[in-house]
Amino acid sequence: MSRRKIDSVAYLDSGALIFGHAPHPVSTRSGLEIGGGLVYPDINFTLPPMLVTEDSLSEVIGNYREITEGICRRAAELGAPGFVAEIETLPPMTFHPEWGVEVCRTVLEVIGEYEAKEGIHAAVRMTPNDIREGRELEHMWHGSHWDNIMATFEGAAEIGAELLAIESVGGKEVHDEAVMYCDLPKSIFALSVLGALDMERLWTAICEIADRTGTIAAGDTACGFANTAMVLAERNYIPRVFAATVRVVSAVRSLVAVECGAKGPHKDCGYEGIYVKAMTGIPISMEGRTAACAHLSPVGNIAACAADLWSNESIQNIKLLAGPAPTVSFEQLAYDCRLLNTASARSAETALLLRDLHADSDSRLDPQAYVLRPDVAVQISKELVQVEGDYERGKLAAKLALDVMRQAHQSGELLLDEREESWLDNLSYAADDLPATAEELTQEMSDSCENYDPMKYDLKKVGGR
Amino acid sequence: MSILENLSEAVQKGRAKDVLTLIEEGLAEGLSAQRLLDEGLLKGMSLLGVRFKNNEVFVPEVLIAARALNKGSEALKAQLIADGVEAKGKAVIGTVKGDLHDIGKNLVKMMLEGAGFDVVDLGVDVPDEKFVAAIQEQTPDVLLLSALLTTTMGQLGAVIDAIKAAGLREQVKIMVGGAPITHGFATEIGADGYSPDAASAAELATSLLVAA
Repeated sequence: MSRRKIDSVAYLDSGALIFGHAPHPVSTRSGLEIGGGLVYPDINFTLPPMLVTEDSLSEVIGNYREITEGICRRAAELGAPGFVAEIETLPPMTFHPEWGVEVCRTVLEVIGEYEAKEGIHAAVRMTPNDIREGRELEHMWHGSHWDNIMATFEGAAEIGAELLAIESVGGKEVHDEAVMYCDLPKSIFALSVLGALDMERLWTAICEIADRTGTIAAGDTACGFANTAMVLAERNYIPRVFAATVRVVSAVRSLVAVECGAKGPHKDCGYEGIYVKAMTGIPISMEGRTAACAHLSPVGNIAACAADLWSNESIQNIKLLAGPAPTVSFEQLAYDCRLLNTASARSAETALLLRDLHADSDSRLDPQAYVLRPDVAVQISKELVQVEGDYERGKLAAKLALDVMRQAHQSGELLLDEREESWLDNLSYAADDLPATAEELTQEMSDSCENYDPMKYDLKKVGGR
Repeated sequence: MSILENLSEAVQKGRAKDVLTLIEEGLAEGLSAQRLLDEGLLKGMSLLGVRFKNNEVFVPEVLIAARALNKGSEALKAQLIADGVEAKGKAVIGTVKGDLHDIGKNLVKMMLEGAGFDVVDLGVDVPDEKFVAAIQEQTPDVLLLSALLTTTMGQLGAVIDAIKAAGLREQVKIMVGGAPITHGFATEIGADGYSPDAASAAELATSLLVAA
């Protein structure tokens, strides 16, 4: 399937951009209709501290069995209408696709047992860890790293994983450098030039696997880019206005998956999902306060505004007083979803009130929250879709995000400290000075970016470096 | 302001060109390379480090200052060698096998350089034997190991075991860090120190040198 450019938004009115409802819902074999009216828990989990090796594989599998049993039991106890269980493989499970597939088989088996026994409804999202980094990577789109990712997708899809997703890393090697220096041109190059280029190749391949296996190409996330910036901003390492700008620019990159055929749900840790939903109408997974087990964020409430799945990001399988941590985390997700769904069932006005309370409780306190407001997402999305070209969209996204933050600060809707204000100015100057074309920016980056290897993206080596 | 004060100020503002000019002026006026380094370049970086710890500046400002410091150090290098001045200490740093995260490691590296260390960066996904070889070849005072994943933190202990097996443990102080690491874990695997963030990592490395 060739890439289809999105040139109009799915929402003209931000009042309709709300949790549980998407213009293009996704139906699963187990009867979930994601975006069809209900918000479902999207539970993610990982191992306790341990090495994943051939010797520890049976212990690894035992952990995943225990985790899934706890979750299914709690889903039945709470009468959850359904849920998505996400398997985000650890690097060794992608380097050895048969290990990742075996983990997937275990999770599917347990879910199958509980479907038969308790009547639960669940779908599995398979998210191979994107291993295309490091010294041994030959090329982004061929070689053993690529082959192992595809084999993990294919193997999991063949045995019943229904939603295919990834946190892809094309351009991340450049963005890691950009984020340390808050270098806006480099960030835009990483996200909307290299990132978009990689997304197109990667998602075309994932969609082919989905078509072949009768599964659903779901969505991506700019986790390695925008969440890295968010975490560094939380530690006061970089300005929040930079992290907020990266978030909006990352929407341009994540959109490419949908343009290549992904149907949703967009992946949980991609907070830019609200922009993807605004532009495309696909359902999205989001994570907020329930992801406190994994990381701090300034968007704990506002993230729920347009969520169709509600996620915990990830939790280790350790014992808490109430039971295994993933079981506890599932319970928290289930109660949040119950509240959101009760609001939807009462009336559209009640749901909108609840959505706006979620938005207003966060958006004044942090620019990263402000740019996730449904009204802001729709306003910026309307302008982005009118522009041709990923770089042009990335450039515009940065400018619009910075303008929106400045206006909100001036009107008292957004609090920023003095340090942030000066960075808002610096970044605005940088946005105004961006080159006219992607080619010019690529030339600049060839000269100045240490980590950029054009050969890995089949780009020509230019410049004197 | 004196040349040394101006040099410190230029480092803090990340003005590499001014740093080079001031070094030339300082040497011409007979200031020793050691004083220009200690009381100009490193003092500026140290003051900026305090401002960073107090949340007055962000990492990019510190990085730009570190670039200016490095330019200045390069300019002084020949004179420092001629005068027999050695770096404060030598550090080797890397992210352990199976872990590809490098931002935290890079921040620590930057802070160490700012504190006057000569730093050798082995990169990410570093096999145990490469750490062992680096101790043999580089003879560092401090080895810093990073792991961000709960599933790679066990590798920190494996590296320390490999260093012990090679009979090199007494030659080097070992520090560990990364999001899932705790002080208790560091002690359990036999590390000499743990620091929760980049700024305190440089301080800890310095104190380990003093204690050695």
